[in-house]
Amino acid sequence: MSQTQPTVNPFAEMQAGRPTGPLVQGYEVIIGFETHTQLTTQSKIFSRASTSFGAEPNTNASAVDFALPGALPVMNKGAVQRAIEFGLAVNAHVAEHSVFARKNYFYPDLPKGYQISQFEIPVVQGGSVEFFLDGEKKSVRLVRAHLEEDAGKSLHEDFIGMSGIDLNRAGTPLLEIVTEPDMRSSAEAVAYARELHKIVTWIGICDGNMQEGSFRCDANVSVRKPGGPLGTRREIKNLNSFKFMQQAIDYEVRWQIEEIESGRAVQQATVLFDPDTGETRSMRTKEDAADYRYFPDPDLPPLVIARDWVEKTRSEMSELPRVMAARFVKDYGLPEYDAGQLTQSKATAAFFEAVAAASQQAKLASNWVMGELSRRLNSEEKSIEASAVSAAQLAALIGRIADGTISNNAAKQVFDALWTGEGADVDAVIEAKGLKQMSDTGELEKIIDDVLAANAKNVEEVRAGNAKAMNALVGQAMKATKGKANPAQVNELLKKKLGS
Amino acid sequence: MSGGLNNTELHDLGVAQLAAKLAAREVSSLEVTQHFLARIRQEQLGAFLATDADVSLAQAKAADTRLAAGERTPLLGVPLAHKDVFVTRDFPTTAGSKMLENYRSPFDATVVSRLGAQGAGMVTLGKLNCDEFAMGSGNDNSAYKPVKNPWDTGRIPGGSSGGSAAAVAARLVPAATGTDTGGSIRQPASLSGITGIKPTYGRCSRYGMVAFASSLDQAGPMARSALDCALLLSSMAGPDPDRDSTSLDLPAIDYAADLLAARPAGGDKPLKGLRIGLPKQFFGTGCAPDVLAAVRGALAEYEKLGATLVDVSLPLTELSIPVYYVIAPAEASSNLSRFDGVRYGHRAAHYTDLDDMYKKSRSEGFGDEATRRIMIGTYVLSHGYYDAYYLKAQKIRRLIAQDFQTAFTQCDIIAGPVSPTVAWKIGEKSDDPVANYRADIYTLSSSLAGLPGMSVPAGFGAGGMPVGLQLIGNYFKEAQLLGAAHQFQLATDWHLRQPPSL
Repeated sequence: MSQTQPTVNPFAEMQAGRPTGPLVQGYEVIIGFETHTQLTTQSKIFSRASTSFGAEPNTNASAVDFALPGALPVMNKGAVQRAIEFGLAVNAHVAEHSVFARKNYFYPDLPKGYQISQFEIPVVQGGSVEFFLDGEKKSVRLVRAHLEEDAGKSLHEDFIGMSGIDLNRAGTPLLEIVTEPDMRSSAEAVAYARELHKIVTWIGICDGNMQEGSFRCDANVSVRKPGGPLGTRREIKNLNSFKFMQQAIDYEVRWQIEEIESGRAVQQATVLFDPDTGETRSMRTKEDAADYRYFPDPDLPPLVIARDWVEKTRSEMSELPRVMAARFVKDYGLPEYDAGQLTQSKATAAFFEAVAAASQQAKLASNWVMGELSRRLNSEEKSIEASAVSAAQLAALIGRIADGTISNNAAKQVFDALWTGEGADVDAVIEAKGLKQMSDTGELEKIIDDVLAANAKNVEEVRAGNAKAMNALVGQAMKATKGKANPAQVNELLKKKLGS
Repeated sequence: MSGGLNNTELHDLGVAQLAAKLAAREVSSLEVTQHFLARIRQEQLGAFLATDADVSLAQAKAADTRLAAGERTPLLGVPLAHKDVFVTRDFPTTAGSKMLENYRSPFDATVVSRLGAQGAGMVTLGKLNCDEFAMGSGNDNSAYKPVKNPWDTGRIPGGSSGGSAAAVAARLVPAATGTDTGGSIRQPASLSGITGIKPTYGRCSRYGMVAFASSLDQAGPMARSALDCALLLSSMAGPDPDRDSTSLDLPAIDYAADLLAARPAGGDKPLKGLRIGLPKQFFGTGCAPDVLAAVRGALAEYEKLGATLVDVSLPLTELSIPVYYVIAPAEASSNLSRFDGVRYGHRAAHYTDLDDMYKKSRSEGFGDEATRRIMIGTYVLSHGYYDAYYLKAQKIRRLIAQDFQTAFTQCDIIAGPVSPTVAWKIGEKSDDPVANYRADIYTLSSSLAGLPGMSVPAGFGAGGMPVGLQLIGNYFKEAQLLGAAHQFQLATDWHLRQPPSL
């Protein structure tokens, strides 16, 4: 066992053949991620204390979490279950045998004087996370994901001249997910983080609440001249919003390039991002890195996961986002972009599928869910579960677009009425607002004849081959019908009558 | 006191005999408890660190109520005391360290609760002195006071369960709990002339034992006879999956019933067919002649009982010392990190910052031996030394375990001395930790292998000091060990001898 944790692979050959990203001032940007995801178990990873957030300090902590003499850790099976689910979700190897180790260091919010983690043999090995960035498919390889316990919190603000210790968070189960240094831009890094966030919340192993620290990212950033050896990395700790993530990486990249361009070598360091200044600053350098004296934890036997546990989990897992997206492309004939957008969350995908099934209009359903519905939800900061328009209502509305009863514009008015509660039944709203398209061809022909008679100049121009004049005639006809005519039908009739 | 019983005799009775009298209602648990508490109040050996008569008497009354209601379980109302590394709600727990002075646990160790009011109904007389964090073999590493050997109060009783051994030998308690990491039950049992068994690693839950070396620590009973140990072990052992992940998933066994059932079937060759292996490495020049003479005498008795003696070899015995003194301190250095002065335990009165608080609190709270082992353990786990020390020690540990399995193809039980010498004089080895470590040579290898082992009184050596015979069994063979010890004790009276001062 080596004492250097095999996290981000330092070897250049591992990066051979990887496509590069956009260069910054002639430098290639290399990013690897370590993400701490808090698992959704009710109790802690090695004790029966609750994991609920926001309780009075030290009330969600047991003898194990306080590290009282004689207390011993006992593995929470639910945490292992979630690790297995993650491994399957990212096509990784779920190890049949993994080992818990002690990471020894002193800190007041680390009650045992060591953190129980996995070091040499993690539970999840390999795997990858795939996503689209500006229409291009990206794949970030995972090194590993390992189970570990969180530390408590030191409270420095509340006590004058003293620090308080809250051990409610101590022993909270974490899955630390480590990538290869495969990302080549801050945009790619954020896209990776969003995709990972989607996966862990989709399969339900993490609530994804970044404010409460349920999903915390550390970014290892370095720069190099293309083709050169990997540069020295600095690790930005605890990025807990996608916005800060991008800002922090962009700042860090510029800072490192400036250092190199000024003839200074980048020193390996751990840095923090300050959202107020938009800068990163060094917490500690390699020189004061602790010797963690990792060794296998004798209180916990090796974690043995039988194959049938993994297979049972596989059979019981819900459809993964990328599998579902592929199905949307295949079964509904949607573009990959639509399929990707609709599978951003389980709820969105379910809403789409309900609308598509009821309306039998998959592409229209996709357009409306991604378009008008999403716009309204965003502007009112609502989740799709809280949508004022139900899937059944949207399907009925789409049905009326598809059968030519109303125009797309009219449909937006109906949607608005449904959203605000002005009406509940699609047909009743159409009736009440008089939005029905003109379906009587005779009546429409008469109106068009009138339009042709009144716009002789345009008619001449159309006959002379001016397409713009045709648009003007359509516009006049639509105006005359107060928008109730079907524009396609108007177009068709005009063409027929003008013999073009 | 009632029943016309001469109470001076109560402390001469073992666990089984006291249990029988209690069950027959010839004496009450309250009377027995009062009797032992009176003896403990007089004790000059330094065996006890804490007593609380109110607590003990209340437990005795509760036991009497259960007895009066007709309950008849094997240990109900019998008193005992616990080594101070078992955490207890009703008594302070110090582990023999200043670090935990006045510490009181909010919960009982599994072993304590299984033996106590919620379980077998034994009465706790108090907490027994030991080497600090169970680190030592003379009980002279207790931060509070040394323990004296009742056979010669100028000598150590053995360690680290020295308070337990001395208290049983001096009839201050009929039985006690101990813990054994590298010999801490067997060696004091041997040097104080009592019987003690360290079960297979994992047989008794470690929950509530102040951890020294987690992969080695194991609880066990210490009493005057194998039968008494069997009675206690039956209640102590058993799986504890919700609290100790390393506890064995094996059902509890009624070891005493096994012994009593074996007795009538024995005849005059009750151990016929039992092969006892004698590792040549246990009988070399490293062992004092007086000890060897007593051990050989005991082995001759075993032959009379029908056992056959076979020569076996445990070639890595000598290496068990460095291997143990790498692995145990490595684990200890990490286990003792929780004693940082932050949440409980000793905190320095004055300090300048966090680092200073850690350094002062720990320097003041830990004694020399604990400090020494923390430093050794930290060193062997450090970057650049891990492979050469810790990893290599783990490899040799596996080889040591394999050697035992090879030996067990030739024999059923392995026997030899427990300690190379009888109890030494207090202070004799205080300045020579390596001499202390070397004295553990016969107990360390079976600890590293996780095997059950026991010490059985086998005679006397120089200065009239007791000598124990060590019996080592294969995994889970506690019943076989206890049976072999019990047959020996039916045929001999070494375990009934009393220190001359009594």
